[in-house]
Amino acid sequence: MRRTVVTSAATAAGVVLLLSLKPHEASGPAPVIGSGAGTGSGTAVGSGAGTGSGTDVSGSSNAPAASASPSASASASASATGTTRKVSGDTVNTRYGPVQVQVTLAGSRITAVDVVRYPNSERRDREINSSALPVLNQEAIAAQSARIDVVSGATYTSDGYVRSLQSALDRAEG
Amino acid sequence: MLRHAEPVMGTVFSVTVRDPGPGTPAVLERIAERLHRIDAVFSTYRPDSDISRLDRGELALDDCDPEVHAVLAACREVAAETDGYFSERPGGRLDPSGWVKGWAVERAAALLRSSGSRQYCVSGGGDVQCAGGPWRIGIADPRQPGLLAAVLAGHDLAVATSGTAERGAHILDPHTGRPADGLASLTLVGAPGTGIARTDAWATAAFAMGPVRALAWAARRPGVEALAVLPDGSKRWTPGLPGHLPASGPADWRTAVG
Repeated sequence: MRRTVVTSAATAAGVVLLLSLKPHEASGPAPVIGSGAGTGSGTAVGSGAGTGSGTDVSGSSNAPAASASPSASASASASATGTTRKVSGDTVNTRYGPVQVQVTLAGSRITAVDVVRYPNSERRDREINSSALPVLNQEAIAAQSARIDVVSGATYTSDGYVRSLQSALDRAEG
Repeated sequence: MLRHAEPVMGTVFSVTVRDPGPGTPAVLERIAERLHRIDAVFSTYRPDSDISRLDRGELALDDCDPEVHAVLAACREVAAETDGYFSERPGGRLDPSGWVKGWAVERAAALLRSSGSRQYCVSGGGDVQCAGGPWRIGIADPRQPGLLAAVLAGHDLAVATSGTAERGAHILDPHTGRPADGLASLTLVGAPGTGIARTDAWATAAFAMGPVRALAWAARRPGVEALAVLPDGSKRWTPGLPGHLPASGPADWRTAVG
């Protein structure tokens, strides 16, 4: 009996949390948000960064994620530049915020995968801070997640990463 | 701040560098190459890896990559340290993955350090080694995807979590040969100076121990702390764990590990 009660309480908390977050966060599996989703066309972009290796991405964690995706805006002038090209994946919404990757290909070979959008943004902070959630343990922890640097034990952002990567590779082939 | 993520070893390794220098991009490239090299030698999913060939008897240990010998020796050390709850043959086949992933994170961290960085965080599939800080490390809630069971904060941390959340009951108890099911997840914070390789392997062993034995075992290890999430969602922790919780007062830690 005791266990049943505990489980129910936990479930109720989870439901409350989901309802509270719903206005701010796409729920369920629909992964695509943001400007990148609107084009629907291929988003192969020229190498705007101009870096030689391109194996890293520099960006402040404070970069507002709500701004238009640079890759998406660049895609208007998309042109595969012969041997080396960069292809952006979908922006995938994870529990911790949006994740978007960009692959660099030399021919069909992947030479780099860069994370061009990452959680821990100010926007995410604001969403959580303004949502006036009831004080529950889980929600206190969820709110803290906006200020975490890394997650141990599960890689849900990595899941978003993989999904974004897959969409980029699908585009590269298409 | 530089970030890089590399899909390798069936998961994603991520590197965050807070004090990048002109040489950091090149170091990130070398890290990626190193990780893929480790995968080529140690993957149990690649029939042509040294480990697979060694297991099939097609390759002698002396003919393997020199690091194979060191890795298998480390596995045996961990087995001895954990009362046999760690094994390099968890399912009968040679599989040192329980050491290799954390060790790969540690190698990546060592490359960053040798390049002069003192503020970085490396994660391999959720096993984390940080230098400098403070860093805030969320511990995934194994029962509620997207939520955290706790948040740890500090400097120079090695944090590893073994659990059923992502891959189901995949950790075998070497003593029974059956999947360990006494825990939903087990997080270990390494002792100061202990790398993530040992911390991760210990977390795997501690998970196989189940909650009572794991917490008692961790409590006997100086500097090691543990957070256990049980299948019903309740939590247990070693007495020193609150020392790793964010320093924003007692209320914060009560909500973080409530």
